[in-house]
Amino acid sequence: MWNFQVSPLGDQGIRIEFANIISPKVNKKVHQFVDVLEQKAPQGIVEIVPAYSTVTVCYQPLVIGYEQLVALLEEQLQQLSATAASQQTRKLTLPVFYGGESGPDLDFVAGYNGLSREEVVSRHTSRDYLAYMIGFTPGFPYLGGMDETIAVPRRSSPRKQIRAGSVGIAGSQTGIYSVASPAGWQIIGHTPVPLFDPYAENPVLIQAGDTIRFHEVSRPEYEEICSAVMEKQYILGIDYF
Amino acid sequence: MMERNVVEKKTDKQTVGVLEVIEPGLHTTVQDLGRHGYQKYGIGPSGVMDDYAFQLANILVGNEREEAGLEITMIGPSLRVLQDTVIAITGASLSPSLDRQPLPMWTSVYVKKGQEIRFGKPQSGVRAYLAVAGGIQVPEVMGSKSTNVKSRFGGLDGRALAAKDILPSMPMAKESVRLRKGKRLPRKMVPVCGQEASVRVLAGPQEGLFTAESVSAFYSTGFQISPQSDRMGYRLTGEKKLELRDNTEMITDAVATGAIQVPGNGEPILLMADRQTSGGYPKIANVISADLWKVAQRLPGQTIRFEKVTLAEAHEELREREQCLRQLQLAVRLLSRAPSLFPYEKFN
Repeated sequence: MWNFQVSPLGDQGIRIEFANIISPKVNKKVHQFVDVLEQKAPQGIVEIVPAYSTVTVCYQPLVIGYEQLVALLEEQLQQLSATAASQQTRKLTLPVFYGGESGPDLDFVAGYNGLSREEVVSRHTSRDYLAYMIGFTPGFPYLGGMDETIAVPRRSSPRKQIRAGSVGIAGSQTGIYSVASPAGWQIIGHTPVPLFDPYAENPVLIQAGDTIRFHEVSRPEYEEICSAVMEKQYILGIDYF
Repeated sequence: MMERNVVEKKTDKQTVGVLEVIEPGLHTTVQDLGRHGYQKYGIGPSGVMDDYAFQLANILVGNEREEAGLEITMIGPSLRVLQDTVIAITGASLSPSLDRQPLPMWTSVYVKKGQEIRFGKPQSGVRAYLAVAGGIQVPEVMGSKSTNVKSRFGGLDGRALAAKDILPSMPMAKESVRLRKGKRLPRKMVPVCGQEASVRVLAGPQEGLFTAESVSAFYSTGFQISPQSDRMGYRLTGEKKLELRDNTEMITDAVATGAIQVPGNGEPILLMADRQTSGGYPKIANVISADLWKVAQRLPGQTIRFEKVTLAEAHEELREREQCLRQLQLAVRLLSRAPSLFPYEKFN
């Protein structure tokens, strides 16, 4: 039996909280519930927003009342926790060119942790990361699971603008900037694969619940991928398991 | 597999330029009722800030309520009419004129090719809406014509209007344009933009994290709107900083439009149309949907006060407003079809 707490979020949202912690186990419940809801959404639901440990259901109060919808959601949750079906996970391996002008803070991250650049890259590429949720900017994944030995504080003065695809570290978190923006993270590399394209059929690459891995590429490989992306010829392989 | 095919939906309908931008004004954007269904991808709703005035403008010109129009901020644009059509201006009083003659607001007005629409001194409120018969027909991006300026997509190339832009609309038959003019909103339905300081809210999901004194101060004192307020959010300054019971960090979760989140400095931020989709600051309260327009029309420097209501009351307000909009839409449609049967005087 799953524990959960239900409360309103404004007058058009219902917030369902599974626990007050960040953990892959709790986050899995979030995505299992979202899957079920997306397959069998009660009428009046506008959209479903997963986060670390919560699911927020946006609804039209003039189509379905709060109490009525909460009752339906609780029913679905009880059924789900009884069956707890295993779900398919997507795994994406992103090519990253580390260091140089693509990763101006790689040396700092290495020096801060008393490691070589190669060691930082090796530790960064040897883990599977869980995309707990998408937020902050369009297509930005909140990734969890980084090796604590390459953790590093944010930059004391954020950069005014970094390009989309920049891979960075802040504290014990790693992430990829999905759009060009000001950045306080330590930038260690760059992936040429676009994470957000508003005009594509699937506007974002990474979805909540995905498993992400980084793969180091050489400069020639990187440049080859860059031009394939430019010509819209690049397709990233996605594994399902 | 990620398809990279462009699906920017070109409207299959033939469009024509209806307005040309002479001067863009301070911040004029194409907006509709927002982009819904993409928050799980980190893409916020955007859309109009004052959804009440906006829908009224569409109804007056005989459009569906969700057709795209212009949101005009404080200093309005100068526009040249490229084909005869009907427009309606609602929301903030920004002294609109047509060929230098005052242009009545909350009324559908016939405008002729070559005429110029201008705006002057802001009188009250912040955001005016201009609806044009047939709507502004820019391509839909992710199901909406709304401009997301920060992420640079939607509307007109993902940006605010610039000089020489041409705004496309539907070609209109002369007869249709003629029938759509002269619809005036009954006086009692005209909202007074910018005057209302009291805004109704529901308790936020993290109200319990705040000290009792802070919750009480939140409802008993006014908050001043800071100059750093825009379509993303309003920064508010109160008499006292709002404090948490302890320093437990909150886990990032989804936010809603109207959410009032409180970062570490104790000064609340009220999230508006161009908000992000998630946030890590505790939310003390959430403005009810029916009152968001009041916030949208308040100026920096002005104050707002919060009054707590129940969820049932919030929904009742929405229901009443919806009924009102539906009745008005029906009346305007009847008038446009058979004007002789429903003389304008009787309707008003």
